[in-house]
Amino acid sequence: MSKLANIKWKHYINYIVVGIFTIVTSILAFSGGLQQSLIYKLEEVAINIILAVSLSLVVGFLGELSLGHAGFMCVGAYLGGKAAALLVPVLGNGIPTLLISLLIGGICAGLCGFIIGIPALRLKGDYLAITTLAFGEIVRTIFQNTSAETFGGAIGLKTPRFDKHYFFIICFIIVLLTLAVVQNLIRSKHGRAITAIRDNEIAARATGINVTSYKLIGFIVSAIFAGLAGVLFSYTQNNVSSSTFDYNYSIEILVMVVLGGMGSINGTIISAALITYLNKQLATVLTGDLAVLKDLVYALILIVIVIYNNSPAFKNFRDKYNLANLIKLITRNRASKGDADDTRRWDVVPTKIKMDALLSTDFVVNDVEPDKPKEKDNE
Amino acid sequence: MNLLITFVNGLSLGGIYAMIALGYTMVYGIAKMLNFAHGDIIMVGGYTILLFLSVNPIAAIIASVIFCMAVGIVIEKVAYKPLRGASPLAVLITAIGVSYLLQSIAQMIFGSAPKFVVIANLGTLKFGELAIGYNTIITLACSVVVMIVLNLFVKFSKTGRAMVAVSEDKGAAQLMGINVNSIIMITFAIGSALASLASLFFLLKAPTINPTFGSLPGIKAFTAAVIGGIGSIPGAMVGGLLLGVIECFAQSVPAVSPYTDAIEFSILIILLLVKPTGLLGKKRREKV
Repeated sequence: MSKLANIKWKHYINYIVVGIFTIVTSILAFSGGLQQSLIYKLEEVAINIILAVSLSLVVGFLGELSLGHAGFMCVGAYLGGKAAALLVPVLGNGIPTLLISLLIGGICAGLCGFIIGIPALRLKGDYLAITTLAFGEIVRTIFQNTSAETFGGAIGLKTPRFDKHYFFIICFIIVLLTLAVVQNLIRSKHGRAITAIRDNEIAARATGINVTSYKLIGFIVSAIFAGLAGVLFSYTQNNVSSSTFDYNYSIEILVMVVLGGMGSINGTIISAALITYLNKQLATVLTGDLAVLKDLVYALILIVIVIYNNSPAFKNFRDKYNLANLIKLITRNRASKGDADDTRRWDVVPTKIKMDALLSTDFVVNDVEPDKPKEKDNE
Repeated sequence: MNLLITFVNGLSLGGIYAMIALGYTMVYGIAKMLNFAHGDIIMVGGYTILLFLSVNPIAAIIASVIFCMAVGIVIEKVAYKPLRGASPLAVLITAIGVSYLLQSIAQMIFGSAPKFVVIANLGTLKFGELAIGYNTIITLACSVVVMIVLNLFVKFSKTGRAMVAVSEDKGAAQLMGINVNSIIMITFAIGSALASLASLFFLLKAPTINPTFGSLPGIKAFTAAVIGGIGSIPGAMVGGLLLGVIECFAQSVPAVSPYTDAIEFSILIILLLVKPTGLLGKKRREKV
């Protein structure tokens, strides 16, 4: 019982929510209460959540801007889709084929992540951003110009569609897998090293963190899941076209991460789901010339939110009225005014050590022994 | 002979890229931000030319330059100025938002179908076997003139010196009595004017325009700016010309022409791996 009470429910809330959502929707789907169009939307929501969460590992936690996430997805979609197309005559269009193609797509995308991670070791900030952008465009151009027999070229690759209507459940299981890997990575010792690199690379290096390997790990893990999302995507389509994975798609994923809040997995999930759903919904409502209106509103919302969230001019206003304070108000845990700023800052990333705990001299709670002052042996 | 023509065409295309890259590099040098909406300023310039073309081609060009400068300044004041001092990523995302906004506004007004903008039929110049379009020559000449004027402006005018000062140290420049805000505004205005000129030359090359007209040239020019070393004005010129020549040569070989974009971007990645600050970029040691 006490063990149960010690579990930090905050850390598991997103698994629970996604799990319950999956169970409820699958019950609905099997009882026929879900329209096919909604099921397609759910598949897309799941794929975008995987993409956004994996990108948030690089952008939100490693602190490197990647503008080529769709490139990794492209690798996964093409290679995984090709593998599936070759395997379907042998193994049939079922789970084994799916698993093998997921494996192939994920590994190939991971290799690309390794390749793009190498420049990341030498380049910083904007230079890295343009390199990742270039990578995405290179991958797309290469697949676009393949011959018709290999990857379909400009017409696109014919992929087997997973025709079972429960495919979205598989997508959501992969979402849970992504969450498990990314969150456990972030909350581990390695994750703290990754966030340390984000906060100050020089200081991280000085404390003995192997910046090279952690950057590579970040890029590879992120790429693997983007590749998995690509394979899932190829399974939802009859025909994978390279023009899908253009620069704008990478930007769209980045927008999900930024709107959800950098370094917040829960926020990323919510914003990815909302943006995808609204995009699809608006695309069906607004047709023809009105479709542009969607982009216009999207752009305006993006600008306004980013300016509001980041402008130094609104800082006081933000500190007073924000969602975190509102939640605290509801749960009647109002933080005292003095430390409001600091505590929230440190709470944004769950991996961060609580400053108060670190600074206090009260070590009786855990089995951690305080460092004893060393005897003076150096003259 | 064909090689020579390809080379001249490449230089001319490179001149256009250099003009756009100058906008990127100057804004980066002074405001320390990547202005992703810069490519869409080219599109704005092109549509302005389309609107005023019925009046007079010269008037259309002037109107386009003035309107682009105004748009550049408004974007800077509304979208980027509130974010000065915020994280670079936030500014970048805003720039992307502005880029989407400009594209969707253009699509609302003009529709997504491409429109024809025939400014002038210039014909070709022939030296025996050699045939070079007059537009190529005009583009090359104009870009050379623009670069020389810009270099002189930056080196000798008071505003130009102030721009260099701001790019080197914003705080110190402010202490010396330079109005940093107005310098940033002027930078955006110059960059946007160059982008509108670039749109003119693109339209002379191929007279169609659509709402995403500026995005690929924008990315290419950005690549050029990074190849040359972002923040460096001569670097942007060298990078632009280099990229233009590479593009034209790659396109002239049938076997590799579909991969032109991939080749250009691969050159960027390889160059950055060898020389992480670009060809002429200054290495800045990070201080703790």
